[in-house]
Amino acid sequence: MSTYTAPLKDMQFAIAEFAGLEGVAALPGCGEVNAELVEAVLTEAGRFAQGVLDPLNRSGDQQGAQWRDGVVTAPAGFGEAYAQFAAAGWNGLAAATEFGGQGLPHSIAMPLQEMWNSANMAFCLCPMLTTGVQEALTHHGSAALLKTYMPRLVSGEWTGTMNLTEPQAGSDLSAIRTHAVPEGDHYRIRGTKIFITWGEHDMAANIVHLVLARLPDAPAGVKGISMFVVPKFTVNADGSPGQRNDIRCVSIEHKLGIHGSPTCVLAYGDNGGAVGDLVGEPNRGLEYMFTMMNHARLGVGMEGVAIAERAYQHALAYAKTRVQGRAIGQKSGDRVTIIHHPDVRRMLMTMRAQTEAMRALGYYAAGALDRSKRHPEAPERARQQARLDLLTPVVKGWCTELAVEIASLGMQIHGGMGFVEETGAAQYLRDARITTIYEGTTGIQANDLIGRKVGAENGTTALALMADMRALDAPLAAAGETFASMRAGFTLGIDGLEAATRWLVDHYCREPEAAAAVAVPYLKLFGTVGGGWLMARAALIARERMGEPGADRKFLEAKLATARFYLEHLLPQARALAQTVTGGAASTLALDPAAF
Amino acid sequence: MKVLVTVKRVIDPYVKVRVKSDGSGVETANVKMAMNPFCEIAVEQAVRMKEAGVVTEIVVVSIGVQQCQETLRTAMAMGADRGILVETAAEVQPLAVAKLVKAIIDKEQPKLVIMGKQAIDDDSNQAGQMVSALLGWPQAAFTSAITVSGDTADVTREIDGGMEKLTITLPAVVTTDLRLNEPRYVTLPNIMKAKKKPLEVLKPEALGVDVAPRLKILKVEEPPKRSAGVKVADVQELVAKLKNEARVI
Repeated sequence: MSTYTAPLKDMQFAIAEFAGLEGVAALPGCGEVNAELVEAVLTEAGRFAQGVLDPLNRSGDQQGAQWRDGVVTAPAGFGEAYAQFAAAGWNGLAAATEFGGQGLPHSIAMPLQEMWNSANMAFCLCPMLTTGVQEALTHHGSAALLKTYMPRLVSGEWTGTMNLTEPQAGSDLSAIRTHAVPEGDHYRIRGTKIFITWGEHDMAANIVHLVLARLPDAPAGVKGISMFVVPKFTVNADGSPGQRNDIRCVSIEHKLGIHGSPTCVLAYGDNGGAVGDLVGEPNRGLEYMFTMMNHARLGVGMEGVAIAERAYQHALAYAKTRVQGRAIGQKSGDRVTIIHHPDVRRMLMTMRAQTEAMRALGYYAAGALDRSKRHPEAPERARQQARLDLLTPVVKGWCTELAVEIASLGMQIHGGMGFVEETGAAQYLRDARITTIYEGTTGIQANDLIGRKVGAENGTTALALMADMRALDAPLAAAGETFASMRAGFTLGIDGLEAATRWLVDHYCREPEAAAAVAVPYLKLFGTVGGGWLMARAALIARERMGEPGADRKFLEAKLATARFYLEHLLPQARALAQTVTGGAASTLALDPAAF
Repeated sequence: MKVLVTVKRVIDPYVKVRVKSDGSGVETANVKMAMNPFCEIAVEQAVRMKEAGVVTEIVVVSIGVQQCQETLRTAMAMGADRGILVETAAEVQPLAVAKLVKAIIDKEQPKLVIMGKQAIDDDSNQAGQMVSALLGWPQAAFTSAITVSGDTADVTREIDGGMEKLTITLPAVVTTDLRLNEPRYVTLPNIMKAKKKPLEVLKPEALGVDVAPRLKILKVEEPPKRSAGVKVADVQELVAKLKNEARVI
């Protein structure tokens, strides 16, 4: 069993170079941010992740959350760990200072989210959703709601959930039936919600549910959905938890992974209706939920990075200790650890290179998020927002799809022992599997990407990003012969992405079905090339720094080698994906449903 | 009551230590550094005593390169009130450490000095004892419990034969053992607050201390690789080997 160690050096590198720490530190309200603060915060968070959360990952998986007569018990140790997590103030890292948070930028919050997830994904879904509720309330809640809920959500005293799904309303939320009836100054909510992560548990004094429901006079479809805040215990005038609200946890799901996290079926209003308050204006609930969803989607993308990192560390530890066979070409002598075998190294390099590329793109998006919120000039805020909107489905879809592949490779490195639960490699694969599904499946992400983010604006933002990418060609050319193969691969990758983007822009309106048929390959292409761009940048930075006095040569040499591997092994997939996008739609749809 | 705590910046205990290829010492360039675990226990003890109302101010002192400021900030994030760094890039051996700490104690006049029993890099286990000798103060090394009452402190020491309970007169120097406490995790608000706490930087010359090494390290090398074990036929053979080969019984 391996122990999680936060990859502090690579995280700091990615924060500095891809989130762009210097630029983030110059933003209004970021006066205290600098490399020393990043190091201090990352170091202490890493200790917490390693010392408190990681040891509960396996036991949490084995025990799972337990349901009994409507009461949900978190796995042993989770409650204490949560109390410690909240007391240490980690929950309020990025929250506004007026509600007791530290107001730190997402460029620091995102790496921490990665750490918590690497150490214990099931656990940290709870604080992640709490942060999401804060986000939605901050943007749309009235002053009174903010006053009631925010300080306790920021401190972590209370936790939060998102209630969207119903049995008949999954990806299509227009089918929502839960309804809310006004009564005095509040509403009575009735209906059933499913898949509510940490919807009921014993770790906090209260649970704040954000619930999508219909008002009596609401129009049909998505334009008739409103958002309500419905607490597990109604809140007294002095802010303390009061009466038990009419919400019941009917059951929890039996799942493939994230066993430590209870996935609840919640029944609202079996005894007259749960008391709730409307958030913002009527019928705008879905739009509000998307403020939270977009944030959560980036968060799930980071879960992908996190699980990939953890699976890599686990497989690496095994590969360094498992002795099996002689080194290739040796007929006698000692048997060696399997890391000496070229194919095991290929798998480790694949895991490592993809994880670093995913981290780079994730942190790059975090930097855009900070700029979109804090930059003093409106046009720059808009530019960064557009870039963030474009990258959100890519980070979510690409990082999670790869996480499943990487966790699977981690198991492969373990051989038969990986298929056995004892080694722990299987848990990462099981846990990773949900990330491509919740907060919008990869298909949903890809539709969002080709539709709202590329097709609807004729590819303007995407093509602008590609122009930025191409600016790397000159320094790659100037870097000489050793960079020639990387430069060639890089150029082919961007050419492919650009061709695919132009094809999509061309077909999105004329042949929407064809465009949708190749949306996922396009999303993967976007991630593959985006990651390749940042890995090529990393390679150039490593080359430049190598000669500096006091340079961390070991880290920089490894970075260079890893980047080269990415550009030579993984980026070439971009050409094939581009070909699929521009030429593969017809065969996808050749068989009509009846022919299956 | 004012307490002075010393902290040393050492290689992170989770990092695998490597000997430099020329045998002159241990590789520290670009290696992750952290606070010496015994010093962490010392800081934790002082913070707990402050939380209990026994201590009013905690001054934390480090000696070494500029980056020791980070170690001091960590101590301040744990709860120390202010920091003093004696900045030097030179190798500082135990006697020089003791002299520098004494010079600061002369200025600060704490009633209690808490130090780690040893640092995990060189494992000297000397500085605390030397500080007490230079000051002429009582000392209690390897403590696993400290209770201050008025002008004395009841301490439990971990010694080879078990536990030794002593009452010492303050001011005194105590050094910490592992079982004294379990250091806390630093909280985020305290990391932010620690950035604003006062940190004074001094040079050894300003304290009138000559830090020139008195000891010379001849060579540092990796411990010998463990050789394969052997199977013994019976208890008699085992006892014979323990007696004659291992010479442990």
